[in-house]
Amino acid sequence: MVKTKIKYEDQEQVVKKTPKTGADLLIESLIDAEVDTLFGYPGGAVLPIFDALYKVKESFNQVLARHEQGSIHAAEGYARVSGKPGVVIATSGPGATNLVTGIADAMMDSLPLVVFTGQVAQGVIGTDAFQEADVMGITTPITKQNYQVRSIKDLPRVVKEAFHIASTGRPGPVVVDIPKDLAANPCEDHYDTDFNLPGYQPTIKPNPIQIKKIGEVLATAKKPVILTGAGIVISKASEEIKAFVEEHQIPVASTLLGLGAFPGEHPLFLGMAGMHGTYAANKAIYECDVLINIGARFDDRLTGNLDHFAPSAIVAHIDIDPAEIGKNVTTHIPVVADAKLALNKMLKQIKATGDYGEWVEHVERNKQNFPLWYNNPETDMIAQWVIDQVYKTTKGDAIVTTDVGQHQMWSAQYYKFNKPNRWVTSGGLGTMGFGFPAAIGAQLAAPDDTVVAIVGDGGFQMTLQELSILQERGLPVKIIIVNNAALGMVRQWQEKFYEKRYSESVFSIQPDFVKLAEAYNIKGAKIDNQADLAKKLPELIAYDGPVLIDCRVLQQENVYPMIAPGKGIHEMIGVKP
Amino acid sequence: MRRIITATVQNRSGVLNRITGLLQKRQFNIESISVGRTEVEGVSKITIVVDVDASQKLEQVTKQLNKQIDVLKVSDITDKAIVARELALIKIVSNSQLRAEIQGIIEPFRAIVIDVSKDSLSIQVTGKSEKVEALIDLLRPYGIKELARTGLTAFQRGQQPQALQENNSFSLLN
Repeated sequence: MVKTKIKYEDQEQVVKKTPKTGADLLIESLIDAEVDTLFGYPGGAVLPIFDALYKVKESFNQVLARHEQGSIHAAEGYARVSGKPGVVIATSGPGATNLVTGIADAMMDSLPLVVFTGQVAQGVIGTDAFQEADVMGITTPITKQNYQVRSIKDLPRVVKEAFHIASTGRPGPVVVDIPKDLAANPCEDHYDTDFNLPGYQPTIKPNPIQIKKIGEVLATAKKPVILTGAGIVISKASEEIKAFVEEHQIPVASTLLGLGAFPGEHPLFLGMAGMHGTYAANKAIYECDVLINIGARFDDRLTGNLDHFAPSAIVAHIDIDPAEIGKNVTTHIPVVADAKLALNKMLKQIKATGDYGEWVEHVERNKQNFPLWYNNPETDMIAQWVIDQVYKTTKGDAIVTTDVGQHQMWSAQYYKFNKPNRWVTSGGLGTMGFGFPAAIGAQLAAPDDTVVAIVGDGGFQMTLQELSILQERGLPVKIIIVNNAALGMVRQWQEKFYEKRYSESVFSIQPDFVKLAEAYNIKGAKIDNQADLAKKLPELIAYDGPVLIDCRVLQQENVYPMIAPGKGIHEMIGVKP
Repeated sequence: MRRIITATVQNRSGVLNRITGLLQKRQFNIESISVGRTEVEGVSKITIVVDVDASQKLEQVTKQLNKQIDVLKVSDITDKAIVARELALIKIVSNSQLRAEIQGIIEPFRAIVIDVSKDSLSIQVTGKSEKVEALIDLLRPYGIKELARTGLTAFQRGQQPQALQENNSFSLLN
């Protein structure tokens, strides 16, 4: 055995030079895949992998969350902001099952993730060994693809395939389950990595005939609307959508996840549509005669009652996933394509011949007459106002992450995103506890940007252990706890639909969040009135380091407008009188 | 409506789980499913008989199946000219006096006796599901001790009548 001295920090260690193992091979594959950040949590079955990582410490920015759920939500935030796959490593059994929420979340919101899970050694798989869980069985329905590596020669190929699948077509999570013995055992220097996926050839180029059809309906349309979805963000088509909208002067409504795809302050932007969408956006979808959906999946929170969704519209749907087209809404012009390629083709092929002047005037009148609104109290704070202040203080330029619920909807309503990849929220799965760890990943992906985690007091308490990372990694994340001492959205539904029976939705005891922040050596502030927030927020946001702001807001505020379950998109309640 | 869907898939561990899982998740009832290797090494063929109530749902089944990485091709062959067969093994109560009588029943079905014991008789029948059903119904009065069916397996005939070929396209690409 050759002995080499490796100097690491202050300690000098003697590391035996050992033959190459499966774990080393995995690390090489990660380097080949240009991974720079790893969200890993060690454990028994991944000891060989973490040992191999130890030897190449400088190759990756390794982030140790304090719970695997924190690791994977951070990886999701990283993926959403950087557009690159987030990479997670967790151990077998509980390590893997703790990732399940994040994997399902990434699947719903089309986030590219490559998740490595340790597995017990091959000899004991299937014997209910210590920390064994059927990761393949558990993750099959919530992954785009999953693998259990059974032969070391497959490992480099599988890793390459996993990154390819996660990040192309409609992105999604891919799980690679690696038995401990494969990672630990010696292996050869090199294996073939060529892969062939005949069953996976995403259609990215639009069919010109379909694009022509869109042109034809636009030429005769009187009241067209474009619906922008996350597909535009993923395919980096923000320039193209803006150019197309401006050339044709078509009003734009957005989905929750599509926010930022088209500038939020643009005169033709009507706001988010759906259950808590703006009056102008919902009404435009209800009244339009042509609806062009680009990269959205017609989720039920967007459409409301399908019988009343765009009832008189010719629907064109551009989506890279053919299974989304016609799934919920009858589609007249299906276009299977990457949003950017489709928009480029549309820009080239479709000339602006339609005249929608009257329609644009009409929808803009709606926008002026029925804006989002709230009654601001004298001194106390309400969440809408707080988020409005955050928007103004950060000049709409921050990366904002949220959990799910009232604060999420208010953030979507009042924070106007002018750029893509700056809005990180759990849309499809609606995961509490997502926002704060996602902010960590977002900050790592964009170290120079202001990252604000707007979280509820309920959701924050699900993943607050990740406060450890902020000080440890020097991440200046700004946490705004919209603290109404309740599970606001649950409370709202109980008020509206369960005759105010607030079953388990109001917290009788809250931690002292400022002390909690201090326990983690983080600057904390509690603010309970408007004057204080207005005065302190600018300096707290500008502070060079992590900050937790406990914003005490009034509990009884509800998110409006609202489409009650089962109602149509035009049947909004709580519209500005 | 009952639809016969075939899928050629990469023969990889977990594929069947992924397919049955997705059908279950999207609430499609599987009437039968059969899997086996094909003429191409590493490629298997799955024949699924599902019960769907609307054509929009049917389109979803084929699209969701197609979306799977390891699925190579999905076809709804219900309305095509196809050959579809299943095999059933039927063990019935029998004795030496009844054997000839049973032989007379199964012969028109081109079924054969594959096992005989003192008090039972095992019959093998292959054919369309309706034919198998018919034989089972005829044998039921004798007392069926055990019944095993493979489920349908099918493919398209070598030659397709022209008219039928057109009305079964769910492709979005044209």
